[in-house]
Amino acid sequence: MSDEMMEGGAVKKFCYVNRKAPYGTIYALESLEVVLIGAAFEQDVSLVFIDDGVYQLVKGQDTADIGMKNFSPTYRALEMYDVEKLYVEKDALEARGLSEEDLLVDVQVMSREEIAGLMEEQDVVLTF
Amino acid sequence: MKFTIQVNEGPYTHQASDSAYKFCEAALAKGHEIFRVFFYHDGVNNATRLTTPPQDDRNIVNRWSDLAAKHNIDLVVCVAAAQRRGIADADEAKRNGKDADNIAPGFRISGLGQLIEGGIQSDRLVVFGD
Repeated sequence: MSDEMMEGGAVKKFCYVNRKAPYGTIYALESLEVVLIGAAFEQDVSLVFIDDGVYQLVKGQDTADIGMKNFSPTYRALEMYDVEKLYVEKDALEARGLSEEDLLVDVQVMSREEIAGLMEEQDVVLTF
Repeated sequence: MKFTIQVNEGPYTHQASDSAYKFCEAALAKGHEIFRVFFYHDGVNNATRLTTPPQDDRNIVNRWSDLAAKHNIDLVVCVAAAQRRGIADADEAKRNGKDADNIAPGFRISGLGQLIEGGIQSDRLVVFGD
């Protein structure tokens, strides 16, 4: 990364859109890796969880039987990286029988329209 | 306009790499700039020079290499994703004690910061994948 970028100037609105279940494919894990690395760039970061992506935030994940690392505790560490804007789509939660109480971090639950509005405001949207 | 392109899927299995390539070609033909193409997830498999498709099929890897040489495009492969999937340049192979490397000409291995930087430096970041 170039010095000029780290020293300020451009701050863009970065939005990470998480659409996939945490296991079964690697997208969720590798999305989280981008978020963690990206935090060093001090951009204005939002995370959006829609579709099966809402499962990424569910409490009590137990991956012992599939031989995968349970990386869900990392979402709780995002705060330390100043990644604090987490948005979850209401319909996606409800369609899966979930509510805010089932999630392991504080989030803001939004309607589909509100999520669309949020994405419209972004400079960079990365979809995973 | 300045673009950064993200390719999230491997070659041949998925249309994403083909579409990204076609997008780059079209953008360049219109006089736009491709700041960087970043290969992530299985997209890193676009960077192995060991790819040997049938002769009557397109060679996706060589196509990227040729585009990079012709237009001086920065093709970046995510190091973490590459390590998981066995894509290595000479340095990476040595560092990880491997007996071979396989990166194709025009590609380089670097970190995820290159993707974020692409997003910051470009007018648009376009993601190709599922």
